[in-house]
Amino acid sequence: MTELILASVLTVVPPIMTMMTAATPLVFAATGELICEKSGVLNLGVEGMMLIGAVFGFATAAVTGSASLGLLAAAVAGMLASLIFAVLTLTLLSNQVATGLALTIFGTGLSALVGFDYVGETIERIGTVHLPFLSDIPVIGRLVFGHDPLVYLGILVLLGSGWFLNHSRWGMVLRAVGDSDVSAHAIGYPVVAIRFAAVSFGGLMAGLGGGYLSLIYTPLWAENMTAGRGWIALALVVFASWRPGRVLFGAILFGGITIAQLNAQAAGLGIPAAFMSMLPYIATIVVLVLISRDAIRIRLNAPACLGKPFRAER
Amino acid sequence: MFRLEPRSTRSYTAAWASPVLALVLTAVTGGVIFMAMGKDPGAALYLYFVEPLTTGSGLSEVAVKAGPLVLIGIGLSFGFRAGVWNIGAEGQYIAGAIAGGGLAVYWHQSESALLLPAMLLLGTIGGMTCAAIPALLKTRFNANEILVSLMLVYVAELLLVHLVQGPWRNPQGWGFPGTRMFPDAGTLPLLLRGQRLHLGSVIVLAAPFIAWFVLARTRFGFRIKVFGQAPLAARHSGVSSGRIVWQTLLIGGGLAGLAGVIEAAGTIGQLMPKISPGYGFTAIIVAFLGRLHPLGVLLAGIAIAVTYIGGEGAQISAGLPKAVTGLFQGIILFYLLAFDLFTRYRIVLPTRDTIQE
Repeated sequence: MTELILASVLTVVPPIMTMMTAATPLVFAATGELICEKSGVLNLGVEGMMLIGAVFGFATAAVTGSASLGLLAAAVAGMLASLIFAVLTLTLLSNQVATGLALTIFGTGLSALVGFDYVGETIERIGTVHLPFLSDIPVIGRLVFGHDPLVYLGILVLLGSGWFLNHSRWGMVLRAVGDSDVSAHAIGYPVVAIRFAAVSFGGLMAGLGGGYLSLIYTPLWAENMTAGRGWIALALVVFASWRPGRVLFGAILFGGITIAQLNAQAAGLGIPAAFMSMLPYIATIVVLVLISRDAIRIRLNAPACLGKPFRAER
Repeated sequence: MFRLEPRSTRSYTAAWASPVLALVLTAVTGGVIFMAMGKDPGAALYLYFVEPLTTGSGLSEVAVKAGPLVLIGIGLSFGFRAGVWNIGAEGQYIAGAIAGGGLAVYWHQSESALLLPAMLLLGTIGGMTCAAIPALLKTRFNANEILVSLMLVYVAELLLVHLVQGPWRNPQGWGFPGTRMFPDAGTLPLLLRGQRLHLGSVIVLAAPFIAWFVLARTRFGFRIKVFGQAPLAARHSGVSSGRIVWQTLLIGGGLAGLAGVIEAAGTIGQLMPKISPGYGFTAIIVAFLGRLHPLGVLLAGIAIAVTYIGGEGAQISAGLPKAVTGLFQGIILFYLLAFDLFTRYRIVLPTRDTIQE
């Protein structure tokens, strides 16, 4: 009996482990976008920033041989890309939807160009954390303490963002800026500067999420390798009703769907592979519909100034 | 520091100068990028922006590439004018190619003169169907049309790959993914001997003028304009937002679907796993570069098509990666959005008085 339980647990543990790694890029990207949107800025360029992070992270790792430097480069590249968006939308008051789309198109092109020489190259991957004793606990040890460090960093950043938004002074200022830019400006808070910071944080996190994909999850570079994860991250923010805790839940749910469909393809259930691959995208639509149906809830939770340009009158 | 002062009306000079300025600055930026890559910027820019226009075959290819861009761009401009963000045109284009192309796959021995018109019709309907999903979910469940239409791009791509590898694969194709070649009755006739220019380009050329008439001369066009610029005023005057969402998405989806089936039945002649170099996304840039005006979209589509062909030529003759084209497209849009500032605001430099104030 115990053997049976052990056997079934052992078959369950690896998928849960991979589920967490599939969820982590989404955790990073969605957390960054959530902070950005809380400040009232809608950045649809997540997919582009992730691609830029993925390619610069991979190239850096391939050149220097250090995956950690690669992750750093990914985050910085994502942030620099987000600054283009910030200057256009916040300083030059361009349309946020159009500018976000432009950022995604730009990121797709730039990443393809930079990654041209790196297609098919491999790099050394970052190992998993091994904590003495803790990681050796049967079953739970590997499940809780056996991931790569970025999985924990993602969860930490998410929890930290939740604390920041709800319990810190500047977090509340950020929410005030997102809910009523005019009043926040009248009280004397630097609306544009705060939004610049929030957008940069979003870029930093999207870049890191992209870097995680190319450096740890796969690890290789391929054109358009994010395959819509940036857009799914955007949907996750809506799904989470702009609350960090629910982002984690949503990301794990999508990580689970991704892994489940891969396993089902490998098992060969007779369902064509293409239909299984559609699942994460169809799930995103279904989830969006279920959440958005309640228009009042969306209106209550969404930052009131989301997507609106702000220009200081004096 | 400078100060921004809103204009009471949009500046027409700025509105039409900014796409031209954006193109010029993109070329300059491109030159800098080529220099950084160790290439002669002058020669590389010539390859990208001029070479395609110097030969007959180059011009024919520009027309072939401009076709889908213009058609999709015009469809999108209806939605963008009304603030309906359909960014899944790529999926609607594929859906159109599947729906229309499927007809030619099933009747691959047909000699009927009705086949081609039926394909074009079904392709349009296919694109509309794909766009109807975000329209329905937006109007009925308030779901964001940006995300829904985009997710459907991936679904459509996967469906096409499945069809051409599985049920629709050419039995005489040695296992390569791809359908049979369409029969002559299901192929758009070529216009010039030895060139790929086909009848589809003529259909495309009619679209801007029809769209211009609809937008400028009909009540429907007026409603779209009002809805985009003053949604509240539009609602109070009885314009239904649901109807605008449906109408603009169906127009965008229909034209994208038509572009897809024209590409399959004209340029390619069969269905393959990949039937678009990202036309549906590039058309977003084309729509903005053309200022959402049908005739502007026509010019913008041709301009962007030149960079596509130039990119292919530069890859072959100078070994420059084709991806540069995509980078240019992003940069053009960045510049354009930046210059848009001048259509809405006037830059005021501080004078002595304002400083003292």
